[in-house]
Amino acid sequence: MFLTETETVSRQSDKLTVKNEVQLPILRVQHLNVFAAQNHILKDVNLEIPRNKVTVLLGPSGCGKTTLLKCINKLTDLYRELRVSGRIFIESEDILHTSTNIPSIRQKMGLLSQRPFPLPVSIYKNVSYGLKLKGIRDKKLIDFSVEKHLREVGLWEEVKHRLNAPATSLSIGQQQRLCLARGLAVKPSIILADEPTSALDPISSKIIENLFRDLKKHYTIILVTHVLRQAIRLADHVIFMYDGEIIEQGSPEELFGNPQTDKLRAYLVDGN
Amino acid sequence: MRRIKILEEKFFVILSAFMTYSLIAVLGFIILVIFVKGYSALDWDMVLKTPKGGYYYGGEGGVLNAIVGSVYIAFGATLIAIFIGMPAALYINVQLVRYKRTQNTIRYFLDALWGIPSIVYGAFGFALMLFFGMNASLLAGIITVALLISPIMVRTFDEVLSTIPKGLHEASLALGSTRTETAFKVMFKQGFPGFITAVLLSFGRGIGDAASVLFTAGYTDRVPTNLDEPAATLPLAIFFQLGSPIPEVRDRAFASSIILTVIILIISLTARYLSKRYSKTNLK
Ligand SMILES: Nc1ncnc2c1ncn2[C@@H]1O[C@H](COP(=O)(O)OP(=O)(O)OP(=O)(O)O)[C@@H](O)[C@H]1O
Ligand SMILES: [Mg+2]
Repeated sequence: MFLTETETVSRQSDKLTVKNEVQLPILRVQHLNVFAAQNHILKDVNLEIPRNKVTVLLGPSGCGKTTLLKCINKLTDLYRELRVSGRIFIESEDILHTSTNIPSIRQKMGLLSQRPFPLPVSIYKNVSYGLKLKGIRDKKLIDFSVEKHLREVGLWEEVKHRLNAPATSLSIGQQQRLCLARGLAVKPSIILADEPTSALDPISSKIIENLFRDLKKHYTIILVTHVLRQAIRLADHVIFMYDGEIIEQGSPEELFGNPQTDKLRAYLVDGN
Repeated sequence: MRRIKILEEKFFVILSAFMTYSLIAVLGFIILVIFVKGYSALDWDMVLKTPKGGYYYGGEGGVLNAIVGSVYIAFGATLIAIFIGMPAALYINVQLVRYKRTQNTIRYFLDALWGIPSIVYGAFGFALMLFFGMNASLLAGIITVALLISPIMVRTFDEVLSTIPKGLHEASLALGSTRTETAFKVMFKQGFPGFITAVLLSFGRGIGDAASVLFTAGYTDRVPTNLDEPAATLPLAIFFQLGSPIPEVRDRAFASSIILTVIILIISLTARYLSKRYSKTNLK
């Protein structure tokens, strides 16, 4: 009911072009449970994330969206009180039960958090950081890659004259795009974005949204947002969570146009 | 009612301002007294000469032996403390993030070590020295002072590292850094001003402490040229001269205090400059 005519049409054509490929979901979560000392944070979560689409995670505050993202890139390791069980498959590898080293799993995903956290180095070094970690030393290649990814997030023209300036000298909106560029430089296939625009001004938010629309050609995006309109503008697939459970998941037409549960209906009306 | 509130506000503002400025005034007063009393005795001989025969009875010479000894001991001990303290503080904050209880236990023990009086470190260093069959020497002094200041180094640096937002830690890991890379490339960089403060506090405590070097470094009128020679220190030089019945010698104690204060001032200004210079890129 929120979709305009043209958006529906463009979605249809999206589907047509990909029809011939076998579309395995890039990420599958099965029977994921997360317990903290006192509470059961995620309750038997099962979901599939479609490849090269924007999947929007919706749900009231405290329902476990951030925790779900942290499970996916294994940042739950930082919290001893969290006990995680179940399976998370990226491609066909179960990252909760694997011998692959954790940094290389994390490099399959870029993380964008609520507030930008630039590394305490220059703009240039923020983007080159991940490349250096991967052992790339070729100065030309690094230069090339830094420029490419800064262009990718539309920051190149703004910063090309001051690449050696501290990253913290950028505005918050620019910092957030820098963090995105920095994540893209490690060549992830998935972008995890946890309310990436909530600290940004409307114009910066718009820029990030537009970036996501372009980036989904090459990346799978999982976006947590509290802004319903943003969800409607961007979503190809929607997951609605409530109190640690997945209540509904499906296409935006289904969830926004025809919600099946009272909880989702209530959320769509007053946002929580 | 309103009047009482306004009065109350005024009272506490004045009270806290008074306390703050009186602390500064006390500091100024201490420095003033030392300068007034020591100024007459302070000349280049004090700084450039070792004590000649009869120096402690007002004869010719200076405290070069103690200046060099103190600087050697403080630098040596600070260097060792950096090698112990920097990795330790990073370890507590990066490797142990998951283990809050362990972190707190370690911090508790370090605070206890910080609180042990330095004469106890001196006694411990002395026992250690005897055990290894060493004599009072520069090396024994350095080791004892290093033990004394290591907890200060760790806890001061740790205190700053622990305030680094978790988001930065997570961002570094999310990019694929190992914990070690996160520790040295991100956390150390972000905590650099704290590291400098830690070095400064440790150095200041090390160069100013008399009790820990009393038995371990010994005292000599010569400038030490070797690690197993005894070494004089400024705090002990002040102590010995201050105990003299001769007024000129007592003035030299104050002159030695000026020298010690100036050394600490120089180190402190250098450190502040370094910290400013290398933290421009840090997250605020
Ligand atoms: N380390 C932890 N220990 C205990 N409880 C936790 C921990 N981390 C999260 N929780 C709890 O898990 C629940 C889900 O938290 P989470 O941060 O995932 O919510 P969210 O959906 O991201 O909320 P928001 O929209 O406000 O960001 C909350 O009730 C929170 O208190
Ligand atoms: Mg959250």
